[in-house]
Amino acid sequence: MKELILIAIGAALVNNVVLSQFLGICAFLGVSKKMDTAAGMGGAVIFVLTISSFVTSLIYKFILAPAELDYLKTIVFILVIAALVQLVEMFLKKTIPSLYRALGVYLPLITTNCAVLGVALINVQKDYTILQGTVYGLATAIGFTIAMVLMAGLREKMEYNDIPESFKGMPIVLLTAMLMSMAFMGFSGMI
Amino acid sequence: MRKDTPLERLYNGIIKENPTFVMMLGMCPTLAVTTSAKNGIGMGLATMVILTASNLMISLLRKIIPDGVRMPAYIVVVASFVTIVEFLMEGFIPALYSALGIYIPLIVVNCIILGRAEAYAGKHGPIPSLFDGIGMGLGFTVGLTLIGMFRELIGAGTLFGIQVMPSAYEPVNIFIMAPGAFLVLAMLVAVQNRIKRQKSEKTGKPAVPAEETGCMACANKAYCQAVKGKEEAK
Repeated sequence: MKELILIAIGAALVNNVVLSQFLGICAFLGVSKKMDTAAGMGGAVIFVLTISSFVTSLIYKFILAPAELDYLKTIVFILVIAALVQLVEMFLKKTIPSLYRALGVYLPLITTNCAVLGVALINVQKDYTILQGTVYGLATAIGFTIAMVLMAGLREKMEYNDIPESFKGMPIVLLTAMLMSMAFMGFSGMI
Repeated sequence: MRKDTPLERLYNGIIKENPTFVMMLGMCPTLAVTTSAKNGIGMGLATMVILTASNLMISLLRKIIPDGVRMPAYIVVVASFVTIVEFLMEGFIPALYSALGIYIPLIVVNCIILGRAEAYAGKHGPIPSLFDGIGMGLGFTVGLTLIGMFRELIGAGTLFGIQVMPSAYEPVNIFIMAPGAFLVLAMLVAVQNRIKRQKSEKTGKPAVPAEETGCMACANKAYCQAVKGKEEAK
């Protein structure tokens, strides 16, 4: 249990997926303008990343590893993730339409979000069990959502500020990300 | 210059539509692996090999792949080449392989590669597509190497591992850590915005912000715009 908590804190705060591993930067910069879209994207990532890290570790442990097909993992994982996102989308549309309306637009964006494939590969690299892998996936997604929502909050406030002409748009967002990344480095004392 | 000739494609990739400095594509590897010039050039060349091979293959297959499943088909082609390059690197340059780590398999989701497949290789013949891949790949390599050199010089006082700064120089460590990546990129985009603004003042045309040009080549463009549309509707 202690080990799982350490994995979770490590993934969510210390090695934050966006601010220290640079995975999922596109989504982080692209859809963090408004608080509610950022929260929506975060919710969709939590949903997909948890399921996908569970499914990919399952496939790796029971199919790829016993059959010694380790070299196929990149292709298999990306296809599984793409199919899974489609399935989740169809499933949500039929069963929980209210959740689909909230998260639906963000789901296709997640297929090529490198955080999802990255987590699946890190699970293999670190030799996590299925439970550890799922916890790692969930915690990574929570870390992503934390970074996303914090950034959206800052960006909403920043609209009222007087920013130098050349720094408007992307540069000021990147500078904010730099300061956030420095702040998150402070968590490294925790483990 | 005539369109779609090999030379024009090389010029287009390295200068006119440089993926790092002009189009702002593939930001994950740009930020993550440019801690040293060596890593930057290694990542750039690995991406170039994969981009060239996948562009050629997709261009040859463009009449066979049905339009409805082209994205999954492209992903399979790219993922196969990524796996091949991964094994070659593991076998022949193990030091670089372990330095780049997880970012080598992640070339699969690099938007430069899927973006070029969607925007160019899927519509043009094999020879221009091949040179488009080489040009874009070289442009990306130049971008990563320059950023890597800058970060290594300030953050460690070395270039390609060789001490160049005088020994009295105290390296600014933050530049080779995560925040340094964001800082360097922010400055880069600010310079780009400034150049664009000056150009637009001269010609009288409105300047396009950097994030907009990057969107043009991305395979996810349609979804991103749907999200943006939803934001604006509120």
